[in-house]
Amino acid sequence: MTDQTVRAPQTVTRTPRTRSEGEEAYLEVNDLHVQFPTADGRVQAVQGLSYSLPLRRTLAIVGESGSGKSVSSMAILGLHDRKSTWISGSIKVGGKEVVGMSEKDLMSYRGADAAMIFQDPQSSLHPFFTIGDQIMESYRAHHNVSKRAAKARAVDMLGRVGIPNPSRRVEQYPHEFSGGMRQRAMIAMALVNDPKLLIADEPTTALDVTVQAQILDLIADLQRDFGSAVVFITHDLGVVAEIADDILVMYGGSAVEHGPVEKILGTPLHPYTWGLLESIPAVSGTPGALHPIPGSPPSLLAMPSGCAFHPRCEYRDRVGGDLCATLKPELIPRTADLGRTSRCHLKEPDKVFETEVLTRLP
Amino acid sequence: MLFYILRRVISAISVVIVTVVVSFMLFFVAPTDPAGVICGPRCTPERLNDITKSLNLDQPPVEQIVLYFKGIVVGRDYTSGGVTRHCDAPCLGYSYVLGVPVTDLLAKAVPVTLSIVIGGATIYLCFGVLIGTIAARVRGTTLDRVAVGSSLVIGSIPYFVVALIIALYATFLPKSQYVPFFSNPVSWAAGLLAAWLCLGLTNSASYTRYSRASMIEALGQDFTRTARSKGISERRVVYRHGLRAAMTPVITIFGVDVAYQLVNTIFTERIFQLPGLGLRILNAFNQYDLPVLMGGVIVGATVLVVMNLVVDILYTVLDPRVRLG
Repeated sequence: MTDQTVRAPQTVTRTPRTRSEGEEAYLEVNDLHVQFPTADGRVQAVQGLSYSLPLRRTLAIVGESGSGKSVSSMAILGLHDRKSTWISGSIKVGGKEVVGMSEKDLMSYRGADAAMIFQDPQSSLHPFFTIGDQIMESYRAHHNVSKRAAKARAVDMLGRVGIPNPSRRVEQYPHEFSGGMRQRAMIAMALVNDPKLLIADEPTTALDVTVQAQILDLIADLQRDFGSAVVFITHDLGVVAEIADDILVMYGGSAVEHGPVEKILGTPLHPYTWGLLESIPAVSGTPGALHPIPGSPPSLLAMPSGCAFHPRCEYRDRVGGDLCATLKPELIPRTADLGRTSRCHLKEPDKVFETEVLTRLP
Repeated sequence: MLFYILRRVISAISVVIVTVVVSFMLFFVAPTDPAGVICGPRCTPERLNDITKSLNLDQPPVEQIVLYFKGIVVGRDYTSGGVTRHCDAPCLGYSYVLGVPVTDLLAKAVPVTLSIVIGGATIYLCFGVLIGTIAARVRGTTLDRVAVGSSLVIGSIPYFVVALIIALYATFLPKSQYVPFFSNPVSWAAGLLAAWLCLGLTNSASYTRYSRASMIEALGQDFTRTARSKGISERRVVYRHGLRAAMTPVITIFGVDVAYQLVNTIFTERIFQLPGLGLRILNAFNQYDLPVLMGGVIVGATVLVVMNLVVDILYTVLDPRVRLG
């Protein structure tokens, strides 16, 4: 464990597994493009995203709002409205191609092979149905069982996610649950069909910090029990250090850095990742020592030419020939380590990080 | 909950009592000549005397009101043309114009109005919500524009014009008449069909728009996305999750509309010749029949107050987050 990971607000509680060669990918995203035609033009939300994820591993997708992290994950469940979305590329989940899947196949796929935990459990649960009712509905959508059996399953699931007195709570409505308990119920609902892929879209953003840690632990524990692959969307690098095996950093609809968590947080190679790390306030740091990224995320309607990050990048002058503004870098290994990739023209980015950025970090 | 209902019933009763007192004062205590008005143009001194005595118009106002309320609670006697008749509780007064107790008159009219409104409301609620939901599902398409456009057109035509068109041109419909439900349900429905269609068609326009807007909002909610992510059919997402959430505001408007129509179906009753409450009150108004008007006010106030209570209680059933107490 390097000292950089410890700097994050939450301490690392588990050692990420190293990726063993030959692990078969359960989720495979290949050259995914997601666009929304609007009156002002095409919103290019995701542009050529590729990654893969085997079972029992957690991938954290990190980025600012509008970087395409949620949009790409919604596409994995086929949740975009076909009429108003243009999707190309390939998403394979357990060998099934999701892009262009028929409505009927999507129905049996959603919830059973892949399930999603949403950001705000307050608005993501239906206010007029009981918690039990909503969990039972998920279960019965994929299992031909009686209501009684489905209810027993719902009670069992509520118990497993740590809700006390589940047989009473199963009859209650979402508004009778606290925020943390509601998110637990949401997790129970997502896991009721034993999905092999779990997508968690900022599941702790709407929660108290103390509850956050509990929910993260719960997701990690359940992942171990269920042996599923987890895609964890967040903008909180502290959460990433806690839960992820791999990190995918997204900017302007593309991946800019991808690799194992200890390497990316230890020696990040992309100026955008550096910016993210420098933006984390240190609890014991000097006040005013924050070094935020200048500017704001690019408009998805008019992406900058070349590298999407170049207008905000402090290091673009070090690349000769105005390359940053004219040529979009490839997502390839930039150092001797072939297990990680980044999308930046900068020469020897590891040296730049160690000599310049590291000293600035609190 | 029980305590809440009890409290609401008490407040409802007091609203009705205040309405009765205020309208009683306007009709009978204000510096007008109620006895002369009730007696009519061909009035004999004896008849005027009868009326004054019977309605206790020679007594102080407070005494008059107390006697009126006493009539509602235990009944009272009226003298007309030398004959004394007993008016059973709840006695709302005596119509000298028609020579019958007001209660009997209104009791005959209320089922007519109730039949018209229940049938019409069923039509516009079902039809409006159905079209609105479909329009919301296909929003932006031609079908949606046709639904919204025609609802705007129908909604802009004055109600009585639609009623007249149906009364004049829809001659294939059964003749409009009122047959009590319990004497012959089929004739009851046939006789009211024209009125139902008229009320149902015109009002379904606004319900189409309410439900469409409400449904579009519900389908854009996070819980709809959650429902979709479960792997249930789109039909189930729309009708179980979406419609359930979309109906709460629509039902609220519906309750108020029904209450309003129960005391305001004058056009329908007049055009389709159905002897309901609205027509009764309209006639009383033309004939200066103060006791009947007074009774109409009491019935109207009661209907409004009761419907409001029903909507509030219905709300707790529809939305579990609303707890009364």
